[in-house]
Amino acid sequence: MSVVVFVEEGDELSLQALAFARTLGETRAVSLDGPYAPAAWAAAISAAAEGADSIVAAGSDRGNELLAHVAARLDQPFAANVTRIEGDVVTRIRWGGSLLEEARLHGSPRILTVAPHVHEAEAPGAPVDLLPVDVADTPRVLDHVAPAGGGVSLRDAKVVVSGGRGVGSTEGFAIIEELAGLLGGAVGCSRVVTSAGWRPHTDQVGQTGTKISPDLYIACGISGATQHIAGCKGAKKILAINDDPEAPIMASADYAVIGDLHEIVPAISAELRKARG
Amino acid sequence: MRLLVCVKRVPLTGGRMVLTADEQAIDTKHLGFTISPHEECAVEEAVRLVEANGGESVVLTLGPAEAEEQLRDCMAIGADRAILLKTDGGEWDAQATARALVEAVRGEEPFDLILFGNESADSGNYQVGIRVACALGVPVVTGLKAIAVEGARVRCEREAGDGREVYEVALPTVLTVLEGLNLPRYPSVPGRLRAKSKPLAVIEPVRAEPRLEKLRLVVPEGQGKQAEVLGEGAAAAPRVVEVLQSLGVA
Repeated sequence: MSVVVFVEEGDELSLQALAFARTLGETRAVSLDGPYAPAAWAAAISAAAEGADSIVAAGSDRGNELLAHVAARLDQPFAANVTRIEGDVVTRIRWGGSLLEEARLHGSPRILTVAPHVHEAEAPGAPVDLLPVDVADTPRVLDHVAPAGGGVSLRDAKVVVSGGRGVGSTEGFAIIEELAGLLGGAVGCSRVVTSAGWRPHTDQVGQTGTKISPDLYIACGISGATQHIAGCKGAKKILAINDDPEAPIMASADYAVIGDLHEIVPAISAELRKARG
Repeated sequence: MRLLVCVKRVPLTGGRMVLTADEQAIDTKHLGFTISPHEECAVEEAVRLVEANGGESVVLTLGPAEAEEQLRDCMAIGADRAILLKTDGGEWDAQATARALVEAVRGEEPFDLILFGNESADSGNYQVGIRVACALGVPVVTGLKAIAVEGARVRCEREAGDGREVYEVALPTVLTVLEGLNLPRYPSVPGRLRAKSKPLAVIEPVRAEPRLEKLRLVVPEGQGKQAEVLGEGAAAAPRVVEVLQSLGVA
């Protein structure tokens, strides 16, 4: 069996995909450089994969986009975010990981991306082939805009303090910001909060927001819809502060405090200040 | 401008996924329905573009007869008319869906812009928009957080690692968007009333054999932790700080 794997330089998820691909057969790792141009890059990958049994990439934004282009070009099915494969039966992620699907992939070659953080990364081992590409007359990256900056980024924060519907208002987030500040962390929120306009979408943790993996996630007044859990389940520990001891978030939390977040959160901040003298 | 927005009816899942006995779907007996969050922003963007430039916005879905509810919702916030590609309720794979969409698009006057969500909330296949663009022979840019139409071109931005990538494409094009592109409005009562009488065309496409064939759904293991209750109310604060210290974050 021969497998072509698309690998992005310096990308951990690509090396996880490579490890997965090696379980499928003899692998050839390929890469591209220059301005990112999805359709053109996919054409190059398709050409390089002629005769291969499988085409694999990471289940990242680029991996999923490129292999969707490859599959469209070749008119073959494409399974995104696969966690395992046996013969032509794949297990793949649905609902941001809240559900799995077993499906038969009737494709030749088999085209699939590998769900993030399911397999350990492996070093490339053999050299990665740099493919030639022609990006003329195709959509490509023309420019990069720097991030707005300021504050601790949600994605990289060690601690994230998040508020949900229970916070009640834009102003209600002052106590969330205070606790996050004391812990050197970032402020997050649930989808209800961004839909209500209390916080910007950049603060949203969830399936359609940012997926985070901090050491500690503090969820204040968040019920724990699957949409939200899909974004925070990568946290090492979760502390839920909620007035409902039966809220779904409790099934994902390691610790819980039951009661009104408007009393509990300031009390924790005060206690932290006291502990620090 | 002529705009098409493609959406998908999905259940509002709440806190826990429960499957039907045949493991083919989520049990939706007690659930409401909506469209994927990314698509809500796509519809809002289309409505805004027509408000700014004139023209027409059309919303399209492939789904059961009940998906009319989602199409009416989209028309309530401003889409002008709708197309329902009616199925018997069974799930279609991404290839079959894209094929039916392409056929429907070819049956219409050409669109300047076709918008999709980047991926559906439920099946998360990340490909229908790209397949449609490929089949129509138009460019596609995905995962967008900003769209600006400037004459016959569109400037698009998408987040990438640190910062944003900028693309520019000529119309006609397909774009797939992410939540955060805009803040979708709520439908007004007059909007809902108007939506009832807006045109809705129904087409019954022929389903192609699935090539990514769903066998069954599985609820992943590892759900259902037992949280350690640290206390009730403000009195729990000292215990919480102890835990924060033990985790090395305080």
